[in-house]
Order: sequence, then structure tokens, then C-alpha cells
Amino acid sequence: MYEGAVQDLIDELGRLPGVGPKSAQRIAFHLLQADAEDVTRLVTALTEVKAKVRFCDQCGNVAQAERCRICADSRRDHTSICVVEEPKDVVAIERTREFRGTYHVLGGAISPIDGVGPDDLRVRELMQRLASGEVQEVIIATDPNLEGEATATYLSRLLRDVGVTVTRLASGLPVGGDLEYADEVTLGRAFEGRRRVDA
Amino acid sequence: MHVRHLTLKDFRSYPGAEVPLSPGVTTLIGLNGQGKTNLVEAIGYLATLGSHRVSTDQPLVRFGASQAIVRGAVVRGGHETMIELEITPGRANRARLGRAPVSRPRDVLGTLRTVLFAPEDLALVKGDPSERRRFLDDLLVQRQPRWAGVRADYDKILKQRNALLKSAAPVLRPGRRGSNRPRPGDAPLDEARESALHTLDVWNEHLATVGSQLLYARLRLLRDLRPDLGESYDAVSATDARATARYKSSLHEEAAERLAAGDVPEIAELRQALLDSLAAVRGSEIERGVSLVGPHRDDVVLTLGDLPAKGYASHGESWSFALGLKLAAYRLLARDLGDDPVLVLDDVFAELDSGRRERLAELIGDCEQVLITAAVGADVPAGLRERGHTYEVELGEIRGVDAERPPAEDHGPDA
Ligand SMILES: Nc1ncnc2c1ncn2[C@@H]1O[C@H](COP(=O)(O)OP(=O)(O)OP(=O)(O)O)[C@@H](O)[C@H]1O
Ligand SMILES: [Mg+2]
Ligand SMILES: [Zn+2]
Repeated sequence: MYEGAVQDLIDELGRLPGVGPKSAQRIAFHLLQADAEDVTRLVTALTEVKAKVRFCDQCGNVAQAERCRICADSRRDHTSICVVEEPKDVVAIERTREFRGTYHVLGGAISPIDGVGPDDLRVRELMQRLASGEVQEVIIATDPNLEGEATATYLSRLLRDVGVTVTRLASGLPVGGDLEYADEVTLGRAFEGRRRVDA
Repeated sequence: MHVRHLTLKDFRSYPGAEVPLSPGVTTLIGLNGQGKTNLVEAIGYLATLGSHRVSTDQPLVRFGASQAIVRGAVVRGGHETMIELEITPGRANRARLGRAPVSRPRDVLGTLRTVLFAPEDLALVKGDPSERRRFLDDLLVQRQPRWAGVRADYDKILKQRNALLKSAAPVLRPGRRGSNRPRPGDAPLDEARESALHTLDVWNEHLATVGSQLLYARLRLLRDLRPDLGESYDAVSATDARATARYKSSLHEEAAERLAAGDVPEIAELRQALLDSLAAVRGSEIERGVSLVGPHRDDVVLTLGDLPAKGYASHGESWSFALGLKLAAYRLLARDLGDDPVLVLDDVFAELDSGRRERLAELIGDCEQVLITAAVGADVPAGLRERGHTYEVELGEIRGVDAERPPAEDHGPDA
């Protein structure tokens, strides 16, 4: 245990994802020894991101306004929604330039072990978006691993009677993988070859 | 196939060992606790990435060392491949095949195949169902390494499903909420119940999809194994004992009866039977918070004649039955691959009567490579020892004792 402020910093850092106690300590002492300017820049970046960046009211992606860049863009195809787990997946799919519709970010995948059920994801918001009748196609692009597949099954069952075409990204993506790490060519091909789900 | 050379570094009791091996029978003789089993365990590890004695890696690393290395030169069809495994407890193993590191250690599976019989295998006959399930599943992976992935997927699905059954219990269990006194604000509970049930349906589908593949593979394996089991048992025991194995499934009664009779339905049919059975036990699953149907609840019933082996067979008979299962696995793999796996018999002879010893020796005489351990040399039939090489193992030192014949010809640098 260190004295007050240092320990507080270590504790806060330790709460970040992927940062264990050892790393938290290392980062804390790095910051202690860093130039005041560097630390101020970091603090500003943190404050700015909290003040300016928010989540899109419609799709849940990161946004600088009520609507994200993509939802606000009238040239995008608003009849088509691609459902992904995380904002980083939006970035990965945008890189392929294969998709001109809009997104829906769930905020995770169904995983009882981690205490995540459908109610913890933005599923209700998705259903509300579909209620307007404008949307004709839903592409499920959850990760090609067990939890992603379970989420896809859940959604395709739920959307069965909604009257939209539901497709799942074609396999060919590495199984057990993470969309974020699929290369552009593979991901692009997965888009072209998406298949209809008849759950 | 055979192992031409084995190198150990900080594995079990060996700080370092270089062991040249050759085709044919090699007998390792030594007093208790000298390191005979440790050596053959290392060979099993090269083939399966697991030990037949322990489920964690810590005991495999020499006390005081942080990492063990096992390296084997495997000769198949005249072609030599080097497998090297770095075992570091608490971290993922690292593996090399030939000279190149592989991305996942699992990629070395299939290069060396072994069938190992050890005293622990008595549990195949006398132990819990989990022992027999593991025997089948390990053999599946040896036959076709891709089953390792299916098995891992199934385990993950099961964990998720059990977690759901536990965490959703409060909303799923009837009676938690007095149905006779509905109150405002109850609606969300109904919604939560609905979504928990839908989520359970999702896991049912995944369990049935992957579970049916695993089940199908086990049933086919057992069908292929059965004739060899009967023959191997009879050959060792010189009886007509009708040693056989029946699949005991957790599916609903009608399906379970079919499987017990030796039927191997199509995967789609098994998937449906799993879904139906899951639907039938939903109430008790929710009540108990565990998954009650699926390959993880199944068993294999072993019988000798009209009697179950478990609880009835004598010690020697149980031993011979376990041995019969392993010999059947050996024959099956040899037939599949068109190439003999390496047969390891750890302490097998001491427990057999003299007739069974001789007949076993007869049975294994033609195998490409057999490694035998014994604490008492005289327990191993003389004929077997005379035909092969004998090593003495003493406190982790290995010495060839047939001086007129060198333990192994060195084939020069690795191919
Ligand atoms: N991780 C380890 N570090 C050091 N020594 C170990 C380790 N694991 C096992 N040993 C030692 O290895 C010895 C056991 O060796 P092994 O099981 O190979 O004996 P064995 O020759 O097969 O004997 P037996 O005839 O009784 O079966 C024991 O004395 C044990 O203390
Ligand atoms: Mg031993
Ligand atoms: Zn948006």
C-alpha cells in the first residue's frame, strides 16, 4: 500500500479493463515521473472525451452529437442496419467500404458467465428502430465466437416475425475470432456472401 | 510410427536426459520411484498435450525449476519430425514442429500417436462415468484432432448454459413470486422471465448443435471399437467372455434405448432428440441449476457376459478389461492411420497371471514400437525382453543393459 494520492491513482487505473495491479502500479509511477505537461495533456484528453463524446441516440455508436456521423448522413441507406457488438466493429466494417447502410451497436454479446443477458444489450432499442417500418434488412455481424453466435441466434429468433430480411455474415471469418481483427478482404467477402437466417 | 529419440529437460524427476529409442520392444526396469513412469508420461504428453496422471502441468515440471522441455524425434514412414514442447505452468505451452514454432500447441496433435496403458486406467472399469467419457473423447481427438475443438466448444457452451440456469433461477423458478397476489411493478419480472427463457432456448440450440456432433462421433467410435474390444479381451484372457461396451445416454428413454442397442442415428436426428430431451427436463434443470441432458451426462456400460464389469468383475478381470479397451484403441488407430501408434504399457504385467502375461506378449510382439515398464524384470515374459532392448532406470539415470546390442542406432542428424 502506498500513501493516499498514489494509492488512489493505482486503484483507479486498476479498474480499467486489461490493467492488472502490476500494470496499474507501473503506469502510476510512470505518471509520477512524467513531465507536468504530458500529464496535463492526458488529463485534458480524458476530460474532453467525457465532455464531448457521447453515444449516438439511435445506434449506440460513439458520437460527437445526438446522432453519430453515420446516422446523420442522408446518403447512407437507412433501410439497412448492421448489428455489431462494439463501436470498434463499426470501424472495422467501415474500413471494408462494403456497406452503405447504418449500424446498431449492442454494447456486447450474450454471456451468462459474465452476467450479460439480452436486457443488458441494446436489443430493445433495436426493436424500437424496426417498429417504424422503414428498415428492410438487418445484417447480424456479431463476432464469430460462441457468445457472438449465441447473440446472433437470439436476434434471429426475435426478428423472425418482424417482417425484415435477416442475414448473418458469411462464414469464412476465423471461428473463435474477433471481428476487429479480421482483415479487410476477409470481412469484405463475408459481407458479400452473407446468408439469410431462417431460425 | 516410432520415437527415435527423446530429450527431457526439467521434466518430473529428470534434470536432463537423452534417451535413444528404437523400433520393437523396449523394457524399462527399475525399482519403485526411479523415474520409469515419468519417462513414458513424457512420450504420452508429446502425443496428447496431457498427462495420464495429472490434470495440471505443475507436477510435470521438476521441483524448483520453472519450465520443462520435452522433445521427441518421431519417425513416420521413413520421415522424421521433431516435436518440442515447452511446459510453463500458469502460462500457455509453446510448441515447435520441425524447426518452426506453431501458433497453437494444438497444431502438434496428430504428429505422434500413442496408446498408453497405466495402472490409473483401472478407473475405466471401476471409476466414475467421467473416466469412460474421457477415454472416448481422447480417442476421438487422437483419431481426428479437429475433435479437440468441438470438445472445447461443447465445454464452453455447457459453462454458459449452467451459468444462465444459476443466475436466472430467481426469475425462472415458479413460486418465487406469489402468483396469487399480483402487484403493480410486476411486469418487468415477466419480461425478465421471458428473456431468460428465450436465452435458454438459444443455449439449447447451441448445446444440441455441438452436442449432437460429439454424440454422433462417440457412437461411431464405440461401434468401431466394439469388435476389437471383444477380440482383445478374449485374446489376453483366453476366454469367450463377450466383453462389450454399450452407450448409456442421457437422452429421453426412447432415444436412449436405440443408442444402447448400438444404433447410430444421423446427426440431425440426434440434434432433435437432444432438443426434445432438453424440453422435457426444463423444469428440473431450472430447479437444480445444472444441465441434465447432453454428452456430458452420458456413460459407457461395460459388461462381461451377462454381468456389468463395474461391481462384479474380479481385480484381474477388471485389469484385463481396461487393457482390452486400450488394445482395441490401438488396433483402431493402427487401422485408421495405416500406421502403428506407439504402445506404452506401464506396470501392466505385474497384475496379470502368467497365462495372460504370455498371451499379451504374443499379441504385442509385432507392433512397431512398444515401451514397457516394470519394477520387477521377471514379471515381463523373457521372450519379450530377449527380442528387444532393456534399459535400467535408477534415480533418473537410464542405462542400456544389452551391451552386445547398442540400445539404438543413431540415424545421424535430424531429417
Ligand atoms: N515434479 C517433480 N519434481 C521432482 N521429482 C518428481 C516430480 N514428479 C515426480 N517426481 C519424483 O519422481 C519419482 C516417481 O517417478 P516414477 O513415477 O517415474 O516412478 P516409477 O519408476 O514409475 O516407480 P514405480 O515402479 O513405483 O511405478 C518420485 O520419486 C517422485 O518424487
Ligand atoms: Mg511407475
Ligand atoms: Zn448512430
